[in-house]
Amino acid sequence: MGKLISKIPEGPLAMKWTNYKASVKLVNPANKKKLEIIVIGTGLSGAGASSALGELGYSVKTFCYQDSPRRAHSVAAQGGINAAKNYQNDGDSIYRLFYDMIKGGDFRAREANVYRAAEVSNQVIDHYTALGVPFARDYGGTLDTRSFGGVQVSRTFYSKGQTGQQCLLGVYSSLNRQIKNGNVKMYPRREMLDLVLIEGKARGIIARNLLTGAIERHAAHAVVLATGGYGTIYFLSTLAVNSNASAAWKAHKRGAFFANPSFIQIHPTCVPQLNEFQAKLTLMSESLRNDGRVWVPKTKGDTRPANTIPEEERDYYLERKYPAFGNLVPRDVASRAAKERCDAGYGIGETGLAVNLDFRDSIKKQGKEVIENKYGNLFDMYKTITGIDSYEEPMRIYPAGHYTMGGLWVDYELMTTIPGLYAIGESNFSDHGANRLGAASLMQTSGDGYFILPNTINNYLAEEIRVPKISTDKPEFIETEKAVIERINKLISIKGKHNASSFHKRLGKIMWDYCGMVRNEEGLKKALTLIKEVKDEFWSDLNIPGDSSDLNQELEKAGRVSDYFELAELLVTDALNRNESCGAHFREEYQTPDGEALRNDEEFAFVAAWEYAGEGKPHILHKEELNFENVEMKVRSYK
Amino acid sequence: MKLTLKIWRQKNAKAKGNFETYKMDNVSPRMAFLEMLDALNKMLVEEDKDPVGFDHDCREGICGSCGMYINGHPHGPVPAITTCSLSMRYFKDGDTIWVEPWRAKPFPVIKDLIVDRSAFDKIQIAGGFISVNTGAAPEANSILVQKKKSDDAFDSAICIGCGACVAACKNASAMLFVSAKISQFALLPQGRIEAKDRVRAMVEKMDNLGFGNCSNTGACEAECPKQIKLTNIARLNREFYKAF
Amino acid sequence: MSKVLFSSISKKFTMALAGLFLLTFLPIHLTINLMLLKTEPGPFNTAAHFMATFPLIKIMEVVLFGAILIHIIYGIWLQIQNWLSRPVGYVSSNKSEVSFFSKFMIWTGAIVFTFLVLHFFNFFFIKLGIVKGNPEDFYSLAHNLFKIPAYDFIYLGCFTLLGFHLFHAFSSAFQTLGLNHRLWTPVVKVVALVYAIIIPAGFAFISITLWLFR
Repeated sequence: MGKLISKIPEGPLAMKWTNYKASVKLVNPANKKKLEIIVIGTGLSGAGASSALGELGYSVKTFCYQDSPRRAHSVAAQGGINAAKNYQNDGDSIYRLFYDMIKGGDFRAREANVYRAAEVSNQVIDHYTALGVPFARDYGGTLDTRSFGGVQVSRTFYSKGQTGQQCLLGVYSSLNRQIKNGNVKMYPRREMLDLVLIEGKARGIIARNLLTGAIERHAAHAVVLATGGYGTIYFLSTLAVNSNASAAWKAHKRGAFFANPSFIQIHPTCVPQLNEFQAKLTLMSESLRNDGRVWVPKTKGDTRPANTIPEEERDYYLERKYPAFGNLVPRDVASRAAKERCDAGYGIGETGLAVNLDFRDSIKKQGKEVIENKYGNLFDMYKTITGIDSYEEPMRIYPAGHYTMGGLWVDYELMTTIPGLYAIGESNFSDHGANRLGAASLMQTSGDGYFILPNTINNYLAEEIRVPKISTDKPEFIETEKAVIERINKLISIKGKHNASSFHKRLGKIMWDYCGMVRNEEGLKKALTLIKEVKDEFWSDLNIPGDSSDLNQELEKAGRVSDYFELAELLVTDALNRNESCGAHFREEYQTPDGEALRNDEEFAFVAAWEYAGEGKPHILHKEELNFENVEMKVRSYK
Repeated sequence: MKLTLKIWRQKNAKAKGNFETYKMDNVSPRMAFLEMLDALNKMLVEEDKDPVGFDHDCREGICGSCGMYINGHPHGPVPAITTCSLSMRYFKDGDTIWVEPWRAKPFPVIKDLIVDRSAFDKIQIAGGFISVNTGAAPEANSILVQKKKSDDAFDSAICIGCGACVAACKNASAMLFVSAKISQFALLPQGRIEAKDRVRAMVEKMDNLGFGNCSNTGACEAECPKQIKLTNIARLNREFYKAF
Repeated sequence: MSKVLFSSISKKFTMALAGLFLLTFLPIHLTINLMLLKTEPGPFNTAAHFMATFPLIKIMEVVLFGAILIHIIYGIWLQIQNWLSRPVGYVSSNKSEVSFFSKFMIWTGAIVFTFLVLHFFNFFFIKLGIVKGNPEDFYSLAHNLFKIPAYDFIYLGCFTLLGFHLFHAFSSAFQTLGLNHRLWTPVVKVVALVYAIIIPAGFAFISITLWLFR
């Protein structure tokens, strides 16, 4: 496993996917039934891939840790889903969508993959519409779009503030159809605890039945990970609290390279932490910045109620620093600016970790009714959580961990460095570079699951048609299962005092403080020491009541946290290694005199793919050079 | 705030459960209900006691995982929200809070406050879909949908499948859940093609699973965190007899 | 076919149809009863005689009994299923905001049914000769009955409960039949309220008048 082979097809950018599909190997329908595929996760990519593969006739086994596939965290996406339909006649095209993503990702993504994601986006919208996803419509009955995430065209399809939910329920329905037809067998409340390799190929998984505690072996000809991101490494994030990196991390330890782990998007508009037991931070759609003005008091530690602070004593810092874009600067810029103000002591509220998002002027100008029409549901949501009426006083917001651009390294076929192991959706590193564009996650994850993987996986499976059904009695299954049980027993037998969450919280704080929005060498090195300390404490002071032969939510949690300690170390290592600032990765040492990110294309225009070298050994770095043949690398500027 | 919690504890599906009393001394009104339970569980683990089991995931009211019957209301006393969005500021110092799992024959208790809601999946599998294969979809704008119908379909489609309707209904009926899905598809031209088969299959499955019958009482609508309307049930009834 | 006829919705549907039919019967009954207020027995007895002998009414009588029977059997059947669908109940009683009277339909229904039985003893069985009395003079019989205070109390109580039953039943039937409409459903609800008040009030008025003022 030396060199990274990205398998990018030959030919001009716009023809690569077409050429690939025309020349890729196919599997005879009669053989498909005999080939088994395991899919982990039932978000847009996992459930989408399961349905599409089921429709093709493969025997699919799909797993999720939730009680139902309909609960995967794709459900929480709010804003919308991009596609290059150009229904607005505003000059959009596949190329423009591709370019916006490449630029938005700060030139750290693979051109061919991004172009393909943009290319299949139109098919995704067609498919969702056919599945009955109720996208917003215009009076003539056609689909409506809106502008999103600071781009100049209106290409975002949406279902009010619940686009992710509506898409996920659409995918869930197509998954259900395949379950009914017998092509997909669904295993809910199962957690993948390890990957089984036979002769170097991914051949199955070891899973724990979360209801009974039973350890199960499942074999297949290929394994697909669709397990989402690892934003909960910060403990507090916009993710579901049970979201985790364990499946991807186990695959990594079995040989799949982990790419760009430190690229994590921090979302600027979230409800700040309200109490010490807070479990998650709720996202408030970034569309609020269209009419809300962000400010902090000009005086440090000003504790007056926001409404009593006169105009001249308010610092509208985004408008001040970025006159051209003002409150609409990209997510990473807005997040860092909020952090900068709060760190400097101008933050508001009890914690000082919040800034105002004020609608006073917009309400004055446009009227309360207009604002209510646009954001009514968000204002209600904010009031439900905080009890504050944002029509009367400003919202308090603060950035929170949101989306992980990093993930398992995959080639053009979405295969990891382990033959037969695929990673799709947020769990791979592919299309968003160092920063994800708004409404691009639903688009990419849906494309991966429905349209890309079901084409590329044939290329691998065509060679597997002679492999008979794989027995779970093979020694590799027995050995891997043994390792899994040992790990569980090790966790259970610590018998310390504290629960897994309390360690997770401490880890999250370290990550947030030293490897969050702003990083520097000194802090990152300190983080490595601190992580090690908490990790050691975890392994000596964890307590899991009960045993493993039953439903045990503390054990589930502990397993995930134990993996997070290891991932955290790699994440910090990756951040230390990348001596530049790009996208969501901001290193203080590398900034322009006026505090903007300073990219280093000479030395760092590569994907950092990390190889696991064994327990306690440093990871090995592999670089995939990024060649930009179709776009010119430019400096992002929002001044 | 000081609170007394009466929580249903049941080790597993077969065990006989009972209410346990827990005293919470330091509850902040800024906590969410589930964060209060997190705090309780932290305490229990430190005492090496079995923490309270409950389903939860997104903690922002959209995944439908959480659900508890709190003081006589599914998802607690505040309308139109899920348990995870319920703030402790709605309770006052000295309150006693009764917390029970959803109760319905098709939702057997798994542990403590966790119930098995796979019956909902089974109903959806029976017919809650439009049969279109990947790649076979026509160009999206070739299907025109009246805006009003599309908006109505959306209002039905936002059901999160939490089961509060069943939990609230005196008959443990799943009609609101089923009607929401039926309505979404019945309102869209894409869904009309299979409308008859769908409604027959889903209603048959619903009946077989042992849900009760609808008596138009309206508790489901009152407790639905997504405010799904009873008009969906009327539509389901219509769709059902049109299917024969 | 049994799937169609005995699905939860079909049972409800059948019940609603039977119930609506019963709703049409009550105003007719009330109209005839109003003749009890007249001082001479002639009109009432003529009407009663007509109802008892006219062939079309005879047929409708069978339909009416059929409807009552179906309404009762299906009502009990559905209720048993409803009870079975929650084998373990809640400790804290449900506080959801609901259509209040819908919670007690089986009980208000049962009491109304008990009254019906009593009613049949009074009239129908006399007509058949099972119970003694003059089958041609229902007028006097009614007047005599309403002079008994205990009977009036039972009568008034039952009609109050019937009112409760009707109030939910009326609009609920429309909902079950899928006949809801943005504009008409609120009208149906008002009509239901009016109906549920006027019909029992009419019967009660007769009873009180005959009891206290005649």
